[in-house]
Amino acid sequence: MGELKFSISNTTIDLDALKCRVSTPEAGGFVAFEGWVRENNEGKEVTALEYEAYEELAVKEGQRILEEARQFDILKACCVHRTGPLKVGELAVVVMVSSAHRKEAFVACEFIINEIKKRVPIWKRETYADGTTSWVNCGHGQGQTHTRKDKHEPESEHEQCNGHVHQAEKHSDLTTAKSKGAKS
Amino acid sequence: MTIASAYARIRLKSPGKEALAHLSASNSKTVRVDYFALLKEQRGLASEKIQTESATVLELYEELQKQYGFSLKHSSVAVALNDEFADWSKTLSESDKVVFIPPVAGG
Repeated sequence: MGELKFSISNTTIDLDALKCRVSTPEAGGFVAFEGWVRENNEGKEVTALEYEAYEELAVKEGQRILEEARQFDILKACCVHRTGPLKVGELAVVVMVSSAHRKEAFVACEFIINEIKKRVPIWKRETYADGTTSWVNCGHGQGQTHTRKDKHEPESEHEQCNGHVHQAEKHSDLTTAKSKGAKS
Repeated sequence: MTIASAYARIRLKSPGKEALAHLSASNSKTVRVDYFALLKEQRGLASEKIQTESATVLELYEELQKQYGFSLKHSSVAVALNDEFADWSKTLSESDKVVFIPPVAGG
């Protein structure tokens, strides 16, 4: 059966290498999600961002999520999440899924990114144009209180998990989908 | 000081010491606590060894919260014991690794 791999990287993600990892002759569909650092969050201009991970547990939980995605009859899946400082426009997270037909890959890709956002112990600290910083979702920063204003986020982002209240995300969501040949 | 008064002093002091030693032997343990994100910022360091008499991870969080003024209530924090998610009622053992997990924000 398929190969599943979740990892954390403190350097730029190599998308081509990852794509090779999920490629397989059995696959007729490939779906990828890329999360990018957006220039604003909740009405504030974001100038820099930093991700921090509790790596031992993040990798375990990420791997569990990929295992759970097997329910969608996928062939291979991988996910890499960045840590460290990132600039606006940079790639923060990528999910790639291959399956025999496109539908399973679309559904599994969305499932994986949603679960990662809810469950994997990774945090982000935003730095704003006015010089202040804030740990997103922690309701506290240097004088910051978060109130959710972004209308573009799907409802699933509000779900609770592990006792956390998850409120905000800050990327533009770019989903790319390609179908290979006539099979999908 | 007479011998009798010296003994009296020892008798007065010793029950407290013995009780403390007993308490230390039965309840005190040294655990490693790692901090991330907001908790790391509020604690001012990433990892430390703590000698504690807290019985559970919840008691330990409350002890540290009182000491360092963590702004997050335990109800919005998760906890990991030895690199696995755990219930707040889990009891602490010698050399355990404890990580308090603020609301996550990956993706």
